[in-house]
Amino acid sequence: MNANEINQQTLLQNETDPLTHTAVHLLSMEGIGKHYGNIIALSDVTMAVDNGRVTCVLGDNGAGKSTLIKIIAGLHQHDAGALKVMGEERKFSSPRDALAVGIATVYQDLAVVPLMPIWRNFFLGSELTSGFGPFKSMDVEKMKDITLKELAAMGIDLRDVDQPIGQLSGGERQCVAIARAVYFGAKVLILDEPTAALGVKQSGVVLRYILQARDRGLGVIFITHNPHHAFPVGDRFLLLKRGKSIGYYDKKDITLDELTAQMAGGAELAELAHELEQLGGHSDVVKEVQGEVADVSQTTGKTYE
Amino acid sequence: MTITQTKTTSAAADERVGKRSPFQKLLGRPEIGALVGAIVLFVFFALVSPTFTQPNAFATVLYGSSTIGIMAVGVSLLMIGGEFDLSAGVAVISSALTASLFSWYFTTNVWVGVGLALVVSLSIGFINGWILMKTKLPSFIVTLATFLMLTGLNLGLTRLIGGGVSSPSISNMDGFKSAQAVFASSVNIGGVEVKITVFIWFALVAVATWVLMRTRVGNWIFAVGGDANAARAVGVPVKATKIGLFMAVGFCAWILGMHNLFAFDAVQSGEGVGNEFLYIIAAVIGGCLLTGGYGSAIGGAIGAFIFGMANKGIVYAQWNPDWFKFFLGLMLLLATIVNLIVKRRAELK
Repeated sequence: MNANEINQQTLLQNETDPLTHTAVHLLSMEGIGKHYGNIIALSDVTMAVDNGRVTCVLGDNGAGKSTLIKIIAGLHQHDAGALKVMGEERKFSSPRDALAVGIATVYQDLAVVPLMPIWRNFFLGSELTSGFGPFKSMDVEKMKDITLKELAAMGIDLRDVDQPIGQLSGGERQCVAIARAVYFGAKVLILDEPTAALGVKQSGVVLRYILQARDRGLGVIFITHNPHHAFPVGDRFLLLKRGKSIGYYDKKDITLDELTAQMAGGAELAELAHELEQLGGHSDVVKEVQGEVADVSQTTGKTYE
Repeated sequence: MTITQTKTTSAAADERVGKRSPFQKLLGRPEIGALVGAIVLFVFFALVSPTFTQPNAFATVLYGSSTIGIMAVGVSLLMIGGEFDLSAGVAVISSALTASLFSWYFTTNVWVGVGLALVVSLSIGFINGWILMKTKLPSFIVTLATFLMLTGLNLGLTRLIGGGVSSPSISNMDGFKSAQAVFASSVNIGGVEVKITVFIWFALVAVATWVLMRTRVGNWIFAVGGDANAARAVGVPVKATKIGLFMAVGFCAWILGMHNLFAFDAVQSGEGVGNEFLYIIAAVIGGCLLTGGYGSAIGGAIGAFIFGMANKGIVYAQWNPDWFKFFLGLMLLLATIVNLIVKRRAELK
């Protein structure tokens, strides 16, 4: 084991930096809670994000994933706990605040304009200009160059930066959005279900770019409901259910099967099997679900009735 | 291991760029359908009417085109930005009436009226945009309301102040001659009198094209028309951009209004109704998408040129001008179909 790897291990164990003895998390959440009126959306959630690490947030619909990212992205404010950036406690009042400290969010709808060329989309809202006063014009060549270079650095193979971004596949568009966030100085990159609407192959492409972003030193927060997408790229896994954390693991402490079992929820599967049986469901289907229950029982060491 | 795989593919990128020939790139331009239509129409009228290609006749065609084209510049930009302006036709007359009635009633130098008309025109644009942004109603409704209100104000105020259906003559007032030189004179080019509006039109198209293609504002115009929410999410000032576009239409209306006023010396208060559709038609023939986010200023200019050719060409061909509207409708239909086909073809490649 070389020194670099030992360093990684200590970081993953949420300890202090061995040299400076200070907290080194790029971003950390300690006991974060949020309620909307009398509805508790999130309670007591703890997680950390580091440079060059991927933190996966897993959970089913309504588990509180969206609330969590909205707090980090500055759209909502937490009511309890502490959100720390580089060890300093912060509360973002707007997305602009979050952006200012380098937290960029790539939302599901991506914020790209389909009919516009890729390079125009890449620089939209932050165009490079040259010249003075009323004769200020965009530095088109430079912008095209940078777009091509930045996308190449992310390993994105582009035909032509002049083509409308709408012609790209869902996965490629996702990647342009990621590259844009990286170029404009993001330190923490939040990806909101980037693989949700994609096919198997496209998902693989996006997962690869998540690793690219990680290798460029970004801290990545990867929101997903698919443990098969999360496990290969993640370094830490936060599992959410009904607004509560039901597990926070380092990669070395958990296997894909355990992660899937935790996500699937053995009790719910058992209940589903019973229900299907009572409704006179197709015997093959019932057997399949019961088989799943057995698998889950095996990996978690619990039994479900 | 996954990372190394992606890097090997980048070498193949250049080969695939080559597959798109310059011709196909040309076909991908928004105004190509209109350009083809304009050439066909020009050849057609040149064949049926020998006088059509005479320099003098051509100057007249260009003048007719410019009176639509000046407004089509603003309307095209607005349409790329995703909005309509149904009040654009009567706003031209409002601007002209403001200048003429104000300077006549207060017997000031006409330039004072011209200045006030600019303020009023920009304000109409601002109010259109501001109401649109505040209420989030469709621009169709908002500008339809402004259209009706302006039509009423034009008629009502002209009768109240001037006492008739047309504004009183201002031809003998201070500044009329110099204003006429600016807005309604002709330039002699090789023995052919070319109206100054033609040059103003070309200049406006050039400026609008530069803004669209080469400035940040141009980028924002495409973005607010293409997807306003996405634009807002990346920090584009959506409201300011759209309000600015309505004001640009107001500016064009002021120029054309001043031309209408100084080309003669009085303005009919009931004019302008229906012209807004001509501007929209020019923009649509020129390849601007009705849904926004796509189009060009040059396209709008070609659309206006098609209009001008059809309008005067029928006269030179010595046909009954009653047929003009029919041809206009047919051309609109054909041009939009051609645009659609060309666009689909280009996107498939």
